[in-house]
Amino acid sequence: MRRCRFLIGLVLSGVLSIAVSRAHRAWAAAGDSAPATTDVKIDNFSFTPQTITVKAGSTITWTNRDDIPHTVTSTESVFKSKTLDTDDKFTTTLTKPGTYSYFCSIHPKMTGKVIVE
Amino acid sequence: MAQEKADRILVDHNQLHQDDGIDRRGFLKCMAWAGTGALCVVQGGVLQSFALNSQVAKQAKGQLSFVQISDSHMGFNKPANPDVVATLKAAVDKINALPAAPEFMLHTGDISHLSKPSEFDNVDQILKSAVAKEVFFVPGEHDVLEDEGAQYRERYGKNANGAGWYSFDKTGVHFIGLVNVMNLKAGGLGSLGHDQLEWLEGDVKHLSHSTPIIVFAHIPLWTIYPDWGWGTDDSAQALSYLKKFGSVTVLNGHIHQTMQKVEGNVTFHTACSTAFPQPKPGAAPSPGPMKVPAEQLKSLLGLTSVNFVSKKHPLGLTDSTLE
Repeated sequence: MRRCRFLIGLVLSGVLSIAVSRAHRAWAAAGDSAPATTDVKIDNFSFTPQTITVKAGSTITWTNRDDIPHTVTSTESVFKSKTLDTDDKFTTTLTKPGTYSYFCSIHPKMTGKVIVE
Repeated sequence: MAQEKADRILVDHNQLHQDDGIDRRGFLKCMAWAGTGALCVVQGGVLQSFALNSQVAKQAKGQLSFVQISDSHMGFNKPANPDVVATLKAAVDKINALPAAPEFMLHTGDISHLSKPSEFDNVDQILKSAVAKEVFFVPGEHDVLEDEGAQYRERYGKNANGAGWYSFDKTGVHFIGLVNVMNLKAGGLGSLGHDQLEWLEGDVKHLSHSTPIIVFAHIPLWTIYPDWGWGTDDSAQALSYLKKFGSVTVLNGHIHQTMQKVEGNVTFHTACSTAFPQPKPGAAPSPGPMKVPAEQLKSLLGLTSVNFVSKKHPLGLTDSTLE
């Protein structure tokens, strides 16, 4: 009886360790091919680049280099930054493919677009 | 005699076709007060200033005088002006030095730079030392950040409607404060919105055509430069409700420089900022703060004095700089 349990325990731990190491390898693989961060600069009342194309799951970071505050506000309410003063940043990750138009809610003539593939 | 002469150079733009020897056709002449600066003449849309004889200026005192200040941007501290407190205080000193003490003040918005409580508090504190104790405000886009203007309304719009629009009367002149910085749409200009327009129509409906009207709002109600957002998408509808009035004056801010236009019965005028200047339309890549040598800054900041003599004459608008 005891030997059975011991054997079962051995097999189970073996299976578990194989499963764990496989998971580790999967996570490691995911880490190696993680989507890069895309940067958008806010300056002179413009978003530069005005249109960016990224892979689903990408992270986008906006940095305000202007001497006036701005916001990053999606027109479909998908993402919205708080007021960004000079050197403030806003980051968002978009997982669903599509076109995301956005603008500065303080200076609405400033517009940009993120295309997620 | 001097008074007569002074009156004669005020143009009644309601009577553009009268032939009484006064030069009109796009000319608007303003009275000035001694020590504050200049006689302002608009010729073909270009504002020019001339030094004025103080004797004539003193006789310009009228029934109603007030001051418009704008764009104090309390909290701004970048190179274009590292000390907006000092320049606002200089504007208050200028107001207090006017020979005809203004009865009240209009602030056409961007009171604060980042809608922070301390910024609003600072402006309130500084304005307390102005000779005119009553101040009427309208918000700029910098005053309604984060909270849809809740803080602005709590401080300055308790008796106002909707996002903060309201009207009041002073000496037979009807003042209308409008809000055109809320719910701005991507790619758009300033916006008044349906509710406010409906309110405006009702507000002026029963006023007599001879009531002088003064409208004040942050973003210009005429299209100055759309690429930079200098205009209001639905202002035409608002102006249509004011067509019946003989004298309409629109006072705006937002562009941090003086600009004026006369169109039929309406005189449009924008004021300087007390914080920092902005470039002329298209003269720079963007409408951001314009850096100038420190010794020139005060000559590009200022306020507007308004003198109302009687229904027979248009308002006298005088722009004066801080230096």
